[in-house]
Amino acid sequence: MALLNDLINLDLTDSTKKIIAEYIWIGGSGMDLRSKARTLPKPESDPKKLPKWNYDGSSTGQAPGEDSEVILYPQAIFKDPFRGGNNILVMCDAYTPAGEPIPTNKRHAAAKIFSNPEVEKEVPWYGIEQEYTLLQKDINWPLGWPKGGFPGPQGPYYCGIGADKAFGRDVVDAHYKACLYAGINISGINGEVMPGQWEFQVGPSVGISAGDEVWAARYILERITEIAGVVVSFDPKPIPGDWNGAGAHTNYSTKSMRDEGGYEIIKKAIEKLGLRHKEHIAAYGEGNERRLTGRHETANIHTFKWGVANRGASIRVGRDTEQEGKGYFEDRRPASNMDPYVVTSMIAETTLLL
Amino acid sequence: MALVSDLINLNLTDSTPKIIAEYIWIGGSGMDLRSKARTLSGPVDDPKKLPKWNYDGSSTGQAPGEDSEVILYPQAIFKDPFRRGNNILVMCDAYTPAGEPIPTNKRCAAAKIFSNPEVEKEVPWYGIEQEYTLLQREINWPLGWPQGGFPGPQGPYYCGIGADKAFGRDIVDAHYKACLYAGINISGINGEVMPGQWEFQVGPAVGISAGDELWVARYILERITEIAGVVVSFDPKPIPGDWNGAGAHTNYSTKSMREEGGYEVIKKAIEKMGLRHKEHIAAYGDGNERRLTGRHETADINTFLWGVANRGASIRVGRDTEKEGKGYFEDRRPASNMDPYVVTSMIAETTILWNKS
Repeated sequence: MALLNDLINLDLTDSTKKIIAEYIWIGGSGMDLRSKARTLPKPESDPKKLPKWNYDGSSTGQAPGEDSEVILYPQAIFKDPFRGGNNILVMCDAYTPAGEPIPTNKRHAAAKIFSNPEVEKEVPWYGIEQEYTLLQKDINWPLGWPKGGFPGPQGPYYCGIGADKAFGRDVVDAHYKACLYAGINISGINGEVMPGQWEFQVGPSVGISAGDEVWAARYILERITEIAGVVVSFDPKPIPGDWNGAGAHTNYSTKSMRDEGGYEIIKKAIEKLGLRHKEHIAAYGEGNERRLTGRHETANIHTFKWGVANRGASIRVGRDTEQEGKGYFEDRRPASNMDPYVVTSMIAETTLLL
Repeated sequence: MALVSDLINLNLTDSTPKIIAEYIWIGGSGMDLRSKARTLSGPVDDPKKLPKWNYDGSSTGQAPGEDSEVILYPQAIFKDPFRRGNNILVMCDAYTPAGEPIPTNKRCAAAKIFSNPEVEKEVPWYGIEQEYTLLQREINWPLGWPQGGFPGPQGPYYCGIGADKAFGRDIVDAHYKACLYAGINISGINGEVMPGQWEFQVGPAVGISAGDELWVARYILERITEIAGVVVSFDPKPIPGDWNGAGAHTNYSTKSMREEGGYEVIKKAIEKMGLRHKEHIAAYGDGNERRLTGRHETADINTFLWGVANRGASIRVGRDTEKEGKGYFEDRRPASNMDPYVVTSMIAETTILWNKS
């Protein structure tokens, strides 16, 4: 509908200084993203200058009806790829009117960890590989899969091309450009081993911004699937059986790991992670036990094991890092539905503070 | 059809100084919007400089066939987001040839209240939260709902995203920008609790302009749904049962309420509203009794109840207002099909002009 698109794509910069700010927050399940928009009098690029807002927490399972206001604190601004112009997306976290983070607010505790001087001076970098599955709307079966049936076994789909191998690339490519436009540090995309499954990577991001960027990237992805009429799933094992799961491998390094002698630091850090394997697994996403089986390029959920170039390990160190004696490592345990605020801050906490 | 849109989107400013003015009025039901267009010789930005016009009132249930002319008085100008260029939308109200407001003209009486010096000096501000439901054309079932069935229960839809949770966002976003373009003070939008239901807010608007802006925003919305091939409903309880209704919560403040000590003024005003609960309810929209049940974030229609941060109350005061000792309050009783001229002027009348005796 050309006329509807004309209106959606109106460039208001000639008509008014006003901008539209879409405030985004995480709802009561810890994975449902919510948003609503407000008009601001002029362009703004500093989140500290944006007004706090509030929403009806009783409608998202985050407050009772008789005392329903939950307060939104703006934390990060991105350009709005849907509205263009000077319009913005605002990643927020949620507080009670008294100023306490509500229980589902994981950003607050993460931000505390990242502002600890011991952590700050190590400048922790994160690269997160977000996998996800596209599903056909209404039947919730993967995109491109025949109704009531299955595609041919895994093999041709990883980084594949062609109408019989790659399902939904328009969503993936639109998302890539939209994120770059928005100012998210999206570093790449690829088709995954299971047909209908894709991956994008965000990073390197420092500290708390890794979480902000991954959440904003997830928001943009779900808005794009909404437009495309498909459903995005972050379930870690959407189809049981001989089909890959979906993870959110988290690559990590600190200043010391990136400097000369870093490889020794990396080995010590991995050892600390091994001692807290159970605690990390508990925080690495629900349903992960269906995915971390020891097959399909995962390590079994009860086993902690690390290795160079080993995709069947809990933690993998790249050959480059081993060769150069410095670099980063990849925690392959987090599930696709992990909360990046929790995972990134926990890795920092375990390796730097405990 | 590329050629038809090329013609619709022709920019005439290089060809001619003439502009097109779409005159809008409210029809005989009090909720049906009507409009027709005329050519004017050049751009106009003052409604007082626009010519009066007339229409066939016998075709809208507003005049008898033997004496059918109803006169349109232009009251407010907005930029036309559909025709763009220098073309305009003109919000009008309707009079007999003798100059009397016709019975369905609610603006005239509202304007009288707003030009009362006692009201004028209090500079009444309004923020109206207009909820509405999008319906699939021809079957009149909400957009996104399966034919012959229901979506999953309420929970995931409020401010939700994704093809399984948000139905019709293209209309909502087109409407947001179209209203900003038009010069309407649209302050925000959000997806509502019932799937297929949305909300936009207009305000803060002063006095009579709140009604003008809300009616034009409704006009633009229905013109957009027309383009999109869906139907907009302002019914306050479109689907019976465990599905939220649609309201038009009206936020209100006066100069005294916005200044130091305002909270006391607010409490006195709410008390007066409580004493006239029945009168207000009678004017707050047809069918409201199906919506104000005491469930689904409403207060029962027969009860007057106010509270801070309480969404189950008739009138809600925000925590900010309580903390700062000044601000505004939210009348949650008006239905989505209320007439904003009636509601805004009645709130001003009750809180500023009416005495308990």
